[in-house]
Amino acid sequence: MIKTDAIIIGAGPTGLFAVHQLGIIGLKCEIIDNLDRAGGQCIELYPDKPIYDIPAIPECTGEELTNGLLKQVAPFKANFHLNQRVEEIKQENNSWILKTNKGNTFSAPNVIIAGGVGSFEPRKLTLKEAEKFEGNQIFYSVVNKNIFQNKKISIFGGGDSALDWALELSKTNEITLIHRRTEFRGAAHTLSEIKQKEKEGKILIKTPCTLKSIEGDKVMTGIKIEHEDGTLENIKTDYILSFFGLIMKLGPIAEWGLNIDKKTIPVNTETFQTNKEGIFAIGDICTYPGKLKLILSGFHEGALAARACFKRAKPDETYRFEFTTASKNIHDRLGLKK
Amino acid sequence: MPIIKIVPKITYIAHDKKKNTVEVPVGLTVMEGALQNNIQGIDADCGGSMACATCHVYIPENWFNKIEKLHDAEQDMLDMAFEPKKNSRLSCQIIVSEDLDGLEVMMPIKQT
Repeated sequence: MIKTDAIIIGAGPTGLFAVHQLGIIGLKCEIIDNLDRAGGQCIELYPDKPIYDIPAIPECTGEELTNGLLKQVAPFKANFHLNQRVEEIKQENNSWILKTNKGNTFSAPNVIIAGGVGSFEPRKLTLKEAEKFEGNQIFYSVVNKNIFQNKKISIFGGGDSALDWALELSKTNEITLIHRRTEFRGAAHTLSEIKQKEKEGKILIKTPCTLKSIEGDKVMTGIKIEHEDGTLENIKTDYILSFFGLIMKLGPIAEWGLNIDKKTIPVNTETFQTNKEGIFAIGDICTYPGKLKLILSGFHEGALAARACFKRAKPDETYRFEFTTASKNIHDRLGLKK
Repeated sequence: MPIIKIVPKITYIAHDKKKNTVEVPVGLTVMEGALQNNIQGIDADCGGSMACATCHVYIPENWFNKIEKLHDAEQDMLDMAFEPKKNSRLSCQIIVSEDLDGLEVMMPIKQT
């Protein structure tokens, strides 16, 4: 069990800046995120889209913002626990005990939920019969590409993931690429490679088409797709790969006994504490009168929540407000040379 | 002459055909109109940054061309939506104007 002063759930921009705010007041923290890297929505949904409303940064991408924050919090050496989701929280005396789906446990007097709209999950196929083949013949990401050798693979989607995997897997498999419209969205060189593979007969493209049904009882044998004019076509398929991006699910947070209002958590705007003492919520996941879902607001909320954490983490010490420009304590914590 | 301003009425039709007509002030999006009036069926997870496709609606034929045309980025995002069709739009990208008074939008059976 890892013991610390505060546990941050969610490594998006708000969670990352909370690491900073805890760090400069001398509190240690651990940060947990379901994704395989830090950055949250910024890195997962719009890494290349410019953001124009970060103070003093006229323009930056989601990726640049994330990298800047990671650099800013590096001196505090917070541990990142990625690829795992917090499943349960329980109270033990004055501490909260958290358990992740990877079996890691944490203990701290403070928990800061910076979970955005929840954890990201792949968007699944909408057909009900897809469920029984998921994980065996239907995949939403490729974990082990070696299982695909001399197979018939139907790939759904029109973006980078669908195109990249169509190209990669076409080296050793028969690929059918199916998309609901004729335009694909990808890098120019990717699109020309796809065209080339189509000419060579390595990739069969079916557009505009949608998945109509999945054939097979215990084992999937094929699929039926529907063309725009309503005609149906059977395609023999060993595997389906489906790339329709990610959705956000509140997930287990909903079961922790917190007040929840339309998928957000009401907080007290003085401390950003929820209805549970020692559990705070900041960023897009919190709500209060006048709440704006801005990264800017998340930074402010984290600063206040961090101060509130101090009292619970160090009940015998007095918190004193200090400026980063002038405080020797803060300079030490930032690892600055004298 | 008095100036008469209308507050457009927008009708949200759920998958089970239940209709909900509300006034949505000019300048708000069709997505915000749903959220502010507690209309179920539009999730709007990303808050209107065109990053999630969970405010997806279908527009009746007679209205589709009256709405400002959709751009590439919206079309790309619609690829991710639940059962997109030719008349699909993201309601966060439809800004309510007086011309849209009476607009009906149909919501998919679910958003994800």
